[in-house]
Amino acid sequence: MFPASDKARLRLYHDARQPGGLKEHPPRSLLMQFLLRFVIGGLVVSLFAMFGDALKPKSFAGLFGAAPSVALATLAITVASDGKAYASSEACSMIAGAVALGLYAWLTMQLIVRWRWHGLVAALTALAVWFGCALGIWLGVLR
Amino acid sequence: MHVRFDIRAAAKTKWYELLVRFVFGGGITVIAGLLAKRYGPVFGGLFLAFPAIFPATATLIEKHERERKAKKGLSGKERGRLAAALCARGTEIGSLALICFAIAVWKLAPMLNFAAALAIALAIWLGTAFLAWRLQKKHICSRI
Repeated sequence: MFPASDKARLRLYHDARQPGGLKEHPPRSLLMQFLLRFVIGGLVVSLFAMFGDALKPKSFAGLFGAAPSVALATLAITVASDGKAYASSEACSMIAGAVALGLYAWLTMQLIVRWRWHGLVAALTALAVWFGCALGIWLGVLR
Repeated sequence: MHVRFDIRAAAKTKWYELLVRFVFGGGITVIAGLLAKRYGPVFGGLFLAFPAIFPATATLIEKHERERKAKKGLSGKERGRLAAALCARGTEIGSLALICFAIAVWKLAPMLNFAAALAIALAIWLGTAFLAWRLQKKHICSRI
């Protein structure tokens, strides 16, 4: 899934991002960039969520729980500030995050159906699995 | 089972529920950016698939089902829980489509205009999600 040549390119780009590598953005510009991320990210996530709320049946609406809302907001801003190669490498590791999301959703469903947990409690508890799975793949494969 | 768009269901969302989603979604987007700046794009990219929408959606679905049943004098607790479980099942299927989206952006972004790559990837996500959902519905119905 992650060929050595792509990994080498990712490593090169990561090294170039260290201080003294590529040009660093001034602090004010960074603050504006993160403010923009907050607003755009919030809007995109809310829009996808509201769209999902209006859909029936519930299993179809649940597809929007895995909508690329954070990705769309982040990648659009990232490509403007850091370029396509940077955004592309983020998309590559997003695959690992998506695998973790699938496991997270499966576990949440099991906690609700088999162990009869409340939806929010199950969703928040299963976040530990998302973190564990995503970090595990990052440490084992991507790093 | 047909897909329906019911605007009244979306209108049931309270302003503070929308605010929570906005703040949470915006916060996750900022955190993804901060982590990418600090640890590199490979680490930050993991958080592009963070479950930002699902926890609030599952909570709202459960709550609205309980309220709907309560209006008829019924408990609705079990119904609410199962509705949240169905939502989780949908998210599980949607994650497969999200993997396809990520692969599409990763491969197409270096070759195309980025906006075009995102648009194609989003169409792939939607198509894959719908197809996967239909297949699993057909699989369930054929086993009944």
